[in-house]
Amino acid sequence: MIGLIGKKLGQTRVYDTAGNAVGVTVVLAGPNRVLQCRTMETDRYCAVQLGFDEQKPSRVSKALNGHFKKSGSGAVKQVREFRNFSLTVKAGDVVGPGIFSAGDYVDAIGVTKGRGFAGVVRRWKFRGGNRSHGQKGWYRRPGAIGCRSTPGWVIKGKGMPGHMGQRQRTVQNLQVMAVREDDQLLLIQGSIPGANGDYVIIRESKKNPKAPAKK
Amino acid sequence: MNQALLDKIEAAYRRKSALKFNVGDTVHVHTRVREGDKERTQVFNGIVIGRRGHGVNATFTVRRISYGQGVERIFPCDSPFVERVEVERRGRVRRGKLTYLRQRTGRAAVTVREDKSVPAPAAK
Repeated sequence: MIGLIGKKLGQTRVYDTAGNAVGVTVVLAGPNRVLQCRTMETDRYCAVQLGFDEQKPSRVSKALNGHFKKSGSGAVKQVREFRNFSLTVKAGDVVGPGIFSAGDYVDAIGVTKGRGFAGVVRRWKFRGGNRSHGQKGWYRRPGAIGCRSTPGWVIKGKGMPGHMGQRQRTVQNLQVMAVREDDQLLLIQGSIPGANGDYVIIRESKKNPKAPAKK
Repeated sequence: MNQALLDKIEAAYRRKSALKFNVGDTVHVHTRVREGDKERTQVFNGIVIGRRGHGVNATFTVRRISYGQGVERIFPCDSPFVERVEVERRGRVRRGKLTYLRQRTGRAAVTVREDKSVPAPAAK
């Protein structure tokens, strides 16, 4: 399982080898600095800790700065561990989009755009009421939320108004259309949660992993 | 995303020499059509009634009357399926989008005033 921390830059369109137009999301996915390798012996689990997006050292706590220093990397904004990283790396290494190649499948994890307090029509796609037929004041309401004395309670998971968006979401099985190592960019087919400029995790697809482990 | 970066990414997918025609021109669009494993060229003739978008996202719309029925096709300017575009006749129009042609019937629906100031390229 390999992965990277990245930043969603925006969307555009490219043509695949067959000539079909494909909508892609552009993700800045490097340089990712290896901060620490967690091993079975020392940490009781295997993982690789990556850091992304440089930061002024003065903006980071002394404790974290000390941690960054150990691997020889500068201060970074984002730190994240990837379990069972299938590449052999050591602290101080720099990895980038080159760990993926065009045609690979990836999962994208991001925080969706916040929609604030949303009603049931927007949040749960309820139908609402009629606009016409003498309807008055019952356009976007949820209606009845349960039955009568049987069962006497509201079923769990009933769609209600409330805060929508700004939650972590994973989109699985997105194909990598192109890897631009010079620009540290990944072009990934389809859309990715979050606004432009948000951090996203690009990880080898759980359901379509790469066949051989790539060096 | 800034424009410079977009241009850089899109550059690889752009046509080497941009298609040269304007709204109002009567054109032949040569498209590659795949049937099974065979490929052939199909030509769509009509009037360009609009262009939109920019960069690799640009498209143009061609309208023609086919057996009395108006047909519009939208082509991405940089699509590899669009082999080439021949201009048969340059039109002189005063609109960016010729949607008014949709309301017209008969002869008027396919007539756009010719632009005599620019010599029409020889189309076969």
